[in-house]
Amino acid sequence: MEIMQIVGIGIVAAVLAVTIRQNKPEIAAAVSIAAGIIIFFLVLGKIGAVIDVLKELANRANLNTIYLATILKIIAIAYIAEFGAQICRDAGEGALAVKIEFAAKILVLILAVPILAAVLQALIKLVP
Amino acid sequence: MTYDINLIFKIVGVGILVGAAHYILKNSGKEDYAFLATLGGLGIVLIWVIQLLGSFFEQVRSVFKLF
Repeated sequence: MEIMQIVGIGIVAAVLAVTIRQNKPEIAAAVSIAAGIIIFFLVLGKIGAVIDVLKELANRANLNTIYLATILKIIAIAYIAEFGAQICRDAGEGALAVKIEFAAKILVLILAVPILAAVLQALIKLVP
Repeated sequence: MTYDINLIFKIVGVGILVGAAHYILKNSGKEDYAFLATLGGLGIVLIWVIQLLGSFFEQVRSVFKLF
């Protein structure tokens, strides 16, 4: 039952951050960043197990590994960008959060272009 | 997995200590030293948080098999 651990860490960190916030808001932000990273560490192992299963399924389906690698990269970009944007929004920098999300969208688009091109190629081959 | 819940308590401890030092120095008329104390505490906390962030990115890189 890891959820108990995670909820405990979250509540303790929230109370400590609220205690600090009125005197030192910048250190409260550091507390919330540290708590977020620790919670992410706790679930990262589980994500690794899911990814291993996905890889095995892709191998069994004779899928090209480039597609799976691209999808994993996109998922990692989404997670990290969401994390950073939430922290910026927490610290009161909403505009910076929106810019992080914008950058993540563009990076994902760049990664997705080869797949899109492959789909279009297959369509062109299908319909002469 | 190299996570450490004690880091949160360390950061909060530095925060409380810096807050107290800021209050004392400000009340005894040393405004510039109060600012320096705040800056030093923030630097220490930032070093810890950035080290944690670096190990977090390494972990993500190894889990998602990026290079």
